[in-house]
Amino acid sequence: MTQRLAELKKRFSDAAEQVRDSDALEQMRVEYLGKKGEVTALLKELKSLSGEQKKEAGQRINGFKREVEEHLAALGKRLREEELERKVNAAEQYDITLPARETGGSYHPITLVQREVEAVFTAMGFVVEDYAEVVDDYHCFEALNVPKHHPARDMQDTYYLENGQLLKTQTSAAQNYIMRKYGAPLRAIFPGRCFRNESTDACHEDTFFQVEGIMIDRDISISNLIYFMKTMLSEVFGQQINLRLRPGFFPFVEPGFELDISCLICGGEGCPSCKNSGWLELCPCGMIHPNVLAAGGIDSEEYTGFAFGLGLTRLAMMKYGIKDIRDLNSGNLTALSQFNAE
Amino acid sequence: MLISTNWIRDFVDLDGLDLDALIHRFTLSTAEVEEVYHKGDDLKDVVAGKILSVENHPDSKKLHLLKVDTGDQTVDCVCGAPNVREGMIVPFVKAGGMVGGQTIGVAKLAGYPSCGMCCSAAELGISDDHSGLMELPADTPVGADLTTLYPIRDVVFEVDNKSLTNRPDLWGHYGIAREFAALTGRALKPAPAEELGQYDALPEIPISVEDDLCYRYTGLRVDNVTVKQSPIWIQIRLYYCGSRAINLLADLTNYLMMELGQPMHAFDSAKVDKIEVHRPPQEMDFVTLDGQTRRVDPDTLLIYSGGEPVAIAGVMGGLASEIEEDTTSLLLESANFDGVSVRKTSTRLGLRTDASMRYEKVLDPEMTVPAIARFLYLLHEVDKGAAVISRLTDHYRRRYDTVVLTFDKAYVDRYTGIDISPAQIVKTLTALDFTVVQNGDSFTVTVPSHRATKDVTIPADIIEEITRIYGYDNFEVHSTRSLLAPVKPSRAKREENLIKDMLVRQFGLHEVHSYIWWDAKKNRELGIAPEENVRLLNAMTPEHAVIRNNMIPTLLCMLKENKGFAPDYGIFEIARVVEGLKENGECNEKKKLGITLISRTRSERALYFRLRDMLAALADDCKHAPLVFSPAAPTHSWQHPRNTAALSLAGQELGFLCTLHPANLEKLDKKAAVVCAQIDLDDFAAITPNELQYSEPSRYPAIEADLTLLMPNGVWYADAAKCLERVNCPVLESVRPIDLYEDALGRSLTVRFRFSDRERTLSREEVEPYLDSFLDALRHHGICMK
Repeated sequence: MTQRLAELKKRFSDAAEQVRDSDALEQMRVEYLGKKGEVTALLKELKSLSGEQKKEAGQRINGFKREVEEHLAALGKRLREEELERKVNAAEQYDITLPARETGGSYHPITLVQREVEAVFTAMGFVVEDYAEVVDDYHCFEALNVPKHHPARDMQDTYYLENGQLLKTQTSAAQNYIMRKYGAPLRAIFPGRCFRNESTDACHEDTFFQVEGIMIDRDISISNLIYFMKTMLSEVFGQQINLRLRPGFFPFVEPGFELDISCLICGGEGCPSCKNSGWLELCPCGMIHPNVLAAGGIDSEEYTGFAFGLGLTRLAMMKYGIKDIRDLNSGNLTALSQFNAE
Repeated sequence: MLISTNWIRDFVDLDGLDLDALIHRFTLSTAEVEEVYHKGDDLKDVVAGKILSVENHPDSKKLHLLKVDTGDQTVDCVCGAPNVREGMIVPFVKAGGMVGGQTIGVAKLAGYPSCGMCCSAAELGISDDHSGLMELPADTPVGADLTTLYPIRDVVFEVDNKSLTNRPDLWGHYGIAREFAALTGRALKPAPAEELGQYDALPEIPISVEDDLCYRYTGLRVDNVTVKQSPIWIQIRLYYCGSRAINLLADLTNYLMMELGQPMHAFDSAKVDKIEVHRPPQEMDFVTLDGQTRRVDPDTLLIYSGGEPVAIAGVMGGLASEIEEDTTSLLLESANFDGVSVRKTSTRLGLRTDASMRYEKVLDPEMTVPAIARFLYLLHEVDKGAAVISRLTDHYRRRYDTVVLTFDKAYVDRYTGIDISPAQIVKTLTALDFTVVQNGDSFTVTVPSHRATKDVTIPADIIEEITRIYGYDNFEVHSTRSLLAPVKPSRAKREENLIKDMLVRQFGLHEVHSYIWWDAKKNRELGIAPEENVRLLNAMTPEHAVIRNNMIPTLLCMLKENKGFAPDYGIFEIARVVEGLKENGECNEKKKLGITLISRTRSERALYFRLRDMLAALADDCKHAPLVFSPAAPTHSWQHPRNTAALSLAGQELGFLCTLHPANLEKLDKKAAVVCAQIDLDDFAAITPNELQYSEPSRYPAIEADLTLLMPNGVWYADAAKCLERVNCPVLESVRPIDLYEDALGRSLTVRFRFSDRERTLSREEVEPYLDSFLDALRHHGICMK
């Protein structure tokens, strides 16, 4: 028995040396510890022994069994480690430096700017209105105090349709509709697409966006106009804006103004983008002409108001540094897909 | 328009004022100044030099060697001017002096010393004439500084013409001077003029005005004009203001136009001695003084003399009656024509002149007579011998009404929001020539004729006069006292924002903008022809004349142009189309959402269902209602005849979803799948969303049962679903398709029924009869179990 055990020990340690993978290990486990394994067989033989002999042999066999178990466990652990290491080393190393695949969508830059403007005005109690693009002569001109033969109708080269209607040349075309819809007092903005029949180049488009705003109440004054324009423009540009008003002629306002803001690039010091004047001409505005209020069904004796028109397209170009206005309607996704965040 | 401050100084004392600051103030109070030029600042030590001797240069045919008396010394000078001669007095730059910003030093020219330079008028910057040396009058004191002899130093500024469109009074220096007087609080001096009453005994000019397009026609004849050239100071002023000297009479008419804003015309009196004003009976040719033959139509107002046309009223005179070098007598026209008519004529002829530009602003007819009086004054200043040979002949056919406006201090306060004192109001308006009668806090204002043709008509116009002179920079700024009311964005607006957000953020689409018209050329490349629709009368190109009635063709063009952008992407646009005309003849304008998807990696089927899912998600999120898709016949040539579906929600038809006809798809991209959809957002917005309805889930387990059905041709899932709905089964929780496949037997559809009860656990036996009822219902539609 002693001798057999010694032989078995020797055979085991020789075989263990040869084990290279988990399959061979399992085979060894079965060979020694399995139901028909060597160690099990030895234990079965114990029955034939007795007394001290049985006790001693039992202890030795169980000792060997523990040795085998421990050895196999250690071997298993080592093999597992080796296996994992092989797996790790065999794994593909990914080139994470490859550029990310673009899967996100994008907003049109006009949408982004329009949303910003709408948020500012909504917060100040203005309703946001929408209006048609095909309008009639009355809304685009007549109701805005631009009579027939007025040079203003020449100044804006209008697209006329064969049914007598026209494509709105300015968001002001909605003033009458909105005054009639809400009456006074009223504060509203109305963004929209406008059309002018002019040749296009990097700075001119025949299709562009404006946002118009009006505020009408009992005592709206020029002083209020300056206050609101300054507050709103500072919000829109995200910085304190200095502005100045100059007389400007637009038939639907009286007095009418050209509003300049201090140059955003040089802060008013003078630079090439403001032609060294320190000022940028931004938007026409003024006190709503009494005839326009009257056309809108609002008593001009009782109410006054101001109106302004801001170029959304121009604003988007200023904000994002878009040099060529034609990119906006081009549908060119190389340009447009960059506007992927609000 | 260029304005000379020297000229302004004739009428307002500007001494001691900072001119640049004043011009800036003018921008803020009156009209935009685009540029300021400091004339003559680039001259230094330019004196009247007398050429004492002229010798030929031994080696040059062009150069001469001069001795020049500069007043304090005699110097050598090498000169190349062709008109140089002994005894001439010329502008001479002394050594160390400056001309045109360049310092002239002592130099050796072609081997000879030269201590200074003789100048042409162009070199002095007072004319374009660089043909030779400028010859100064023989009595010019030698050695005198040229800038003291002539008004070369001047501050000239350019006013943006566009900002003067509604100010006919500002188209001359006198009107600008009036603004300066108001801005500085200094007096406005009258322009010296001749008393015309002294000629009343002379014969009238035969003038007949037979047309209402002529408001006023005033004429005067002058003979024995012998001076040919304008004095240098007039030439300099004209040059600084963008004109150039021609001859005395032409220069004086230009001068008057630039000073008073009144266009004038000088006819050669030998050819024109009577005037008739009317339109031609029929279309005819007329040669204007620029030598061009122009076709004038019967709407064009003309000036005739003895039946011969001699000028296009308010635009340009005729070549035949032009003042020439030997003209000694003239018939001077100072007239007022209808502004709209002049503008139309000048547009029709493509001929915009300084005169027409002014007339179209609607000039004050009161100016015609003062302009003649002023012309005569200036003419006699230059040519004492000029003899008036007619009395002032004035036909004043139409007058503007006098405008009288009444308002009170409270009105001004309300409009301005600040407190401008009555004294300030009176002072400002008076300075601008308004006549003001103050009665306590009430003002009655008579508008001066030069502001009353169209500019100032209502009290709000007066507000502008008061506030612009007060200065908007001086306004105290404050918020309104209006009540605040909560603002809720409209449902349409909220839904539009949500749709954009979902399409961009959830589905990764790109938003684009395009045009409201068809691009016929680009569509042709896709085999799509614009569908008949309302047209533009004045499209830039015939290719853009038809207004689009559908969003998709434009979006398809964009897909084609973006080829290679990505293997799989989509674009959308929310914009307007016109779906023909309404019964009242107006355009049936509709706001639409258009979506197109293109993919080289997905099958057309997958793409079609992807877009279907997007649309369903939009409807579900906006309206909590299911969008219904039903196979439909195509209505556009580019829609696929087999895979076009109509969309509807709550019974309202909303648009379509389709794949592309192979004829168009092949032209767009042979290897890609393309699908498109359009939804009417006006109709969509009009649908009231369902309220969120919470239904408590059953606490008992559900039973599921699957049925596989054989679908006959032309029968769709929706048909099966409709049959199932008819069966009354209170324990049916849901039914949904889980598999669809085609084999030799045809199309098979597996549907999963889910049954549950709120009160208890159902047994399979309980639901079996329901399944039989479902099958019965389906059989009526020819659908059987497989």
